[in-house]
Amino acid sequence: MASHLPPKPTPQHSTATAGGMAEAEHPRPSGLMRWLLTTNHKEIGSLYLIFSLTMFFIGGIFALVVRAELFQPGLQLVRPEFFNQMTTMHGLIMVFGAIMPAFVGLANWMVPLQIGAPDMALPRLNNFSFWLLPVAFTLLLSTLLMPGGGPNFGWTFYAPLSTTYAPPSTTFFILSLHIAGISSILGAINIIATILNLRAPGMRMMDMPLFVWTWLITAFLLIAVMPVLAGVITMMLMDINFGTSFFNAAGGGDPVLFQHLFWFFGHPEVYIMILPAFGIVSAIIPTFCRKRLFGYASMVYATAAIAILSFLVWAHHMFVVGLPLVAELFFMYTTMLIAVPTGVKVFNWVATMFRGSISFEPPMLFALAFVVQFTVGGFSGLMLAISPADFQYHDTYFVVAHFHYVLVPGALFAILAGAYYWLPKWTGHYPHLRLSQWHFWLSVIGVNLTFFPMHFAGLAGMPRRIPDYALQFADFNLASSLGAILFGASQLLFVLVIIKCVRGGEKAPARAWEGAEDLEWSVPSPAPLHTFETPPEFHPHQH
Amino acid sequence: MSGGSYYVPESSKWPILASLALGLMMIGTGMVLVYGASGMPVMALGLLGVLAVMALWFRDVVIESRGGLYDDQMDRSFRWGMGWFIFSEVMFFAAFFGALFYVRTFALPWLDGEGAKGVAALLWPDFTASWPLLNPPDPSISGPRETFSPWHLPLVNTLILVSSSITLTIAHEGLKEGVRASTRFWLTVTVLLGLCFITIQGVEYYEAYAHYGITLQAGIYGATFFLLTGFHGLHVIIGTIILAVMLVRVFRGHFTADSHFGFEAAAWYWHFVDVVWIGLFLFVYVF
Repeated sequence: MASHLPPKPTPQHSTATAGGMAEAEHPRPSGLMRWLLTTNHKEIGSLYLIFSLTMFFIGGIFALVVRAELFQPGLQLVRPEFFNQMTTMHGLIMVFGAIMPAFVGLANWMVPLQIGAPDMALPRLNNFSFWLLPVAFTLLLSTLLMPGGGPNFGWTFYAPLSTTYAPPSTTFFILSLHIAGISSILGAINIIATILNLRAPGMRMMDMPLFVWTWLITAFLLIAVMPVLAGVITMMLMDINFGTSFFNAAGGGDPVLFQHLFWFFGHPEVYIMILPAFGIVSAIIPTFCRKRLFGYASMVYATAAIAILSFLVWAHHMFVVGLPLVAELFFMYTTMLIAVPTGVKVFNWVATMFRGSISFEPPMLFALAFVVQFTVGGFSGLMLAISPADFQYHDTYFVVAHFHYVLVPGALFAILAGAYYWLPKWTGHYPHLRLSQWHFWLSVIGVNLTFFPMHFAGLAGMPRRIPDYALQFADFNLASSLGAILFGASQLLFVLVIIKCVRGGEKAPARAWEGAEDLEWSVPSPAPLHTFETPPEFHPHQH
Repeated sequence: MSGGSYYVPESSKWPILASLALGLMMIGTGMVLVYGASGMPVMALGLLGVLAVMALWFRDVVIESRGGLYDDQMDRSFRWGMGWFIFSEVMFFAAFFGALFYVRTFALPWLDGEGAKGVAALLWPDFTASWPLLNPPDPSISGPRETFSPWHLPLVNTLILVSSSITLTIAHEGLKEGVRASTRFWLTVTVLLGLCFITIQGVEYYEAYAHYGITLQAGIYGATFFLLTGFHGLHVIIGTIILAVMLVRVFRGHFTADSHFGFEAAAWYWHFVDVVWIGLFLFVYVF
């Protein structure tokens, strides 16, 4: 494989110029204090990424507990009560602790570099946003040790399971989610202010790299829906502790109200976890095809269209709850509409590759796998969107297969692609090629072995969130569990790649990939602590 | 940070302390709710920590601002920041209004047997939907005895808040035109009006519990009533504190005619709180 890759640009060949050098520095705190007190977007970005990776492994261990129990029919390893806590915590940790902070970390590192800004718009607030996360997730994880155990009602925490019938630790779960929500809102405000206000002179909105565009729209979604989550968990808190009747029909409330409020947050939340992934892939594919991105403007409009539609589809998660017929139809059609802008994106990526000089460096491998596998997840989403069909699929492993395809070989692969793409900029070294390729191929095999059989198990009727199952599902589950072990273990390779890359390796020039054109490639690799202290000259090119 | 125009602050200890204090406050709150009053000291300590760090952090910002470290671009960052923060608050209240409308439009009529969802009526066949809901479906939950007339205390409070927005605008005009005496006077009036509102709301809460039977436990009417008015009242308290800080700053000679975003941000927040109240007055009290 390696021999087919084109030579990497060497420092001598690099035409990039240093965009900014560190000035003589003020004395800064050293050691631990440096990381606790930092206001630097690169350091905070690294903190986010390290935090996210840590949470990824914790959530991954929970997933492996689940898969180990499901390895064969019957109850082997854990009690059902603990199994429920594992599925719940796996979902919560991965969504709020791994995927979202990873994208925020990438935004912290790359958005200022891509728009030629000296830092984030509000650097101290940025530090606050990060340090809320370890506090929130320490509190969340501690609920596992509390009397009655941790959250056991699924990551969607439907009332009344999460109110009337919930363990006492639910109050702490709610409060920890409040902290994580504050972090998200403040982080999103910061990103919007940075993008709208700190672009290099001459960079118009339609000159921004797509990662910046997708993050701008993601930040808008975050600010719009995280407060709704805060609202609904506050109502839960009151139902649990103050005897209110929001989700209790006996007092005139409605458990279905919980689902409406939750999914009004929850569906845009799904796009919060995928739009930045679109941005990363839209940066990587043109670079390794040595072509401009096909249909830049349509990518921007498609992203905006997906964001707007995301507010109009939430009840497709609730088709079987007993919605009026008109609601079933409305939400079915709006959901299907989302396939249109998403299709625009996929076709644009493919068109970008058409007649390009493609090479298959690790970031490109992950980006290509993203396009294919995310599309698989998109198609199963279309199947689920058909309301009458969903009556069959609902709450089966088909749903589990669907959202894992968009989140793992989708969002997570895009994050990995972004990490491989920008590691040379962060560390000054290329990631180890052979190890990266092993990581990629083992991940692809592992992820598909884990999640593809779930489609069949689900269509055959295996319900989700159960620790035991009927015998006819045994083979599918065996494959899934083996795949999960393979996938989980191969992520250790990623850690190895990162450690090796930080410590040394082939030196990367400023423009680490020959087809890369955005502003981040005009600063040295590794990027000095302070970049673009004077705004760079930006020359808009024709999209 | 020589060379660049944009102010990037040096490392700061406030964010990490704020995180820890907020975490302590949340843990304390959880302890109070789950284990009882023994968690009170932790919660109080956390709250004090949050307030102290906020005061010190904003103090740093004020000092930097008065030291001339902020340029127009920084000013725009603050404006975007505050604007989007208020948008997030709008969405927070939107969730509560959405819950209110959902219950009134869908949940209660369905419980009464209306439409295709009428099977829900099998649970409590004697239930009759109405708003305000005086008789919740399950007889074990007692609803409010009666509800407030909107044309007494709520109307007074509406007039107070609307006037306070006007007095605040007059104070702002004074600041822009360099008439400090006017700013001092009208801002003081605004803060006093805020205090009046809070007091009257307190009286209404007392009335609710003592005479009207409107409690948190009084079915969905009491729940939505206290959710909406409670969080609004909390925002009025916060807004009043912010305006009081601005009043102190005005008396100390802070702000200039063309640079006073701290004041403007406080005013934005206050007008937002005012607008939310209009929605509350209409949909919680009148209709």
